[in-house]
Amino acid sequence: MEAARILRFAAVIVLLLALQGIFSSGLVNPYYVRVLILCCFSVMLAVSLNIIIGYAGQFSIGHAGFYAVGAYTAGAFTVYAGPAFRQALGLERSPDWVQGTALLMAAVCVGTFFAAAAGLAVGLPSLRLRGDYLAIATLGFGEMIRVVIQNVEAVGGPRGFSGIPIYSSFFWASLFAVAVVWIARNLARSRQGRALLAIREDETAASVLGINVTKHKVAAFVLSSALAGCAGALYAHYEGYLEPRSFDFIRSIEIIIMVVIGGMGSTTGAVIAAVILTLVPELLRGLAEFRMVIYSALLVLFMLVRPQGLFGTWEFSWETLRARWERRRERP
Amino acid sequence: MQEFLQQLVNGLVWGSAYALIALGYTMVYGILRLINFAHGDVYMMGAYSALFIAGWLGAADAPASSSLLRALAVLAFAMAAAGALGFLVERLAYRPLRGAPRLTLLIAAIGVSLFLQNVAQIAFGSEPRSFPELIPSRTLLSLGAVTLSNQQATIICVSVLLALALQLIVHRTSIGRAMRAVSYDREAAALMGISVNRVISFTFVLGSALAAAAATLIALNNPLVTPTMGVQPGLKAFVAAVLGGIGNIYGAMAGGLVMGVAEVMIVGYGSSGYRDGIVFAILIVVLLVRPTGLFGSPVTERA
Repeated sequence: MEAARILRFAAVIVLLLALQGIFSSGLVNPYYVRVLILCCFSVMLAVSLNIIIGYAGQFSIGHAGFYAVGAYTAGAFTVYAGPAFRQALGLERSPDWVQGTALLMAAVCVGTFFAAAAGLAVGLPSLRLRGDYLAIATLGFGEMIRVVIQNVEAVGGPRGFSGIPIYSSFFWASLFAVAVVWIARNLARSRQGRALLAIREDETAASVLGINVTKHKVAAFVLSSALAGCAGALYAHYEGYLEPRSFDFIRSIEIIIMVVIGGMGSTTGAVIAAVILTLVPELLRGLAEFRMVIYSALLVLFMLVRPQGLFGTWEFSWETLRARWERRRERP
Repeated sequence: MQEFLQQLVNGLVWGSAYALIALGYTMVYGILRLINFAHGDVYMMGAYSALFIAGWLGAADAPASSSLLRALAVLAFAMAAAGALGFLVERLAYRPLRGAPRLTLLIAAIGVSLFLQNVAQIAFGSEPRSFPELIPSRTLLSLGAVTLSNQQATIICVSVLLALALQLIVHRTSIGRAMRAVSYDREAAALMGISVNRVISFTFVLGSALAAAAATLIALNNPLVTPTMGVQPGLKAFVAAVLGGIGNIYGAMAGGLVMGVAEVMIVGYGSSGYRDGIVFAILIVVLLVRPTGLFGSPVTERA
């Protein structure tokens, strides 16, 4: 089992490296590669938000805030502490890609850590609230984070934060997207994941069964924020430029839409909806100004026709697929 | 001190507009338990309909004597147009989702909000349009350095009158009693022979008309109309509704006034960069200390 798992992990890395090789050779239109990378960020955001909305059933409208914390702290780390960090590790003489990778990994750690800390600071007080009040509180915190960033001159304030070195690439974005999906899937099958599902179904019953409701909710919230922060750190080092407006509550709403359309509680759904919803605006680009009208009309229509989302709570897994295949073969 | 009083006056002017928008949020929440994200965009559409009727009536070059009458006509038309829009939104997007999970309804509301914004962008263009001066500005009252313009006085008076009218509708008419009954217990109200759908439609019409009134009044003082003008006032009015205790009509009015004053004060005495932040800071403090708002009664989520 262990060997199979290592083999699978190696296969994923080789595959992604091969794709990276193809993309950087210039055979593929760079625009397509860019859209693909944006899909990876959307997947990370949607899957991480699904942990708190889909698994734990706690409605949060501030996810873009944690994404922003990750992006800005990671960006500030490489811009302000980058040279010192390089010196401390004695990396000045190593090749560019080693320096870039080391700094990127350190920045991802920084972004993830600060987003987790922000998640803890927001989650501890506000998760006492339920339902709509929780949603409103997270909306407030998300907007506060944006307003604070807008007023910090060191990260450019309202003008935006430019000059972040570009270390991120398709390989890193997709690798971390795979990692986030893997974490979410494993969480769902773990003891903690089942506790979250119990809280989602009935908070009172869950606490009667001995589940520490507050602890699990806060832990899920922190994990979800941390993963969003990780996505933010990678995003900062992909774009090289951040502006507060791209982390406003509309962005949070976009991520929620991905989770709801995919089907709340389904990681498979979150991944597919994240990809579709990143592609649709790009595909509709030819329609120019009618693009957003059609997008929003489709959204309302979708809610009317399929309120449970694309997949409900259904999950894709190789095991069930194989089982179904074998059943079909046994049938005469 | 005088500067403080002046800021207070300015804050009350903004606050009364927020209060009118907040009423729409709070009434819809009281009845449907829905945060109607499209409300801010109904406000925006109200501003555009006021703009068109004002242009049609020829506000710019008419004699000043009839200006108040014309302003009232513009107000009435904008309220009617927004009321019709509110009715349509409820009928087409929310009513088919009556039994659906609340999150679905919320996403539909967000979809409607985006839809209205983008339709406005196509129909009216994305560059700001300036509103004609409906009432020529003059100083009505000045006590020392504190001045009150006739426009500001109009905004406050009309808001108070509309709030009183709403009060009468909710507490003195049979449809108002039906509204209160539906918000108390929808199923029991239906069993008592109240047509719940009619009541909900009426609530949307009423709330949307009030938002359009707020838009017209704000346009007197702040004459720029854009497709995205509804987003921030919408959010702030919503916060005002929560502050006062969502679902509570007096709370929404009080919350709106507090919000307007707080915002003007932070710009006057603090930093204008935190203008949008103060609103959310107040929101968070209120939610953490007293989640049901200043005047709200506790809501039991599910027993």
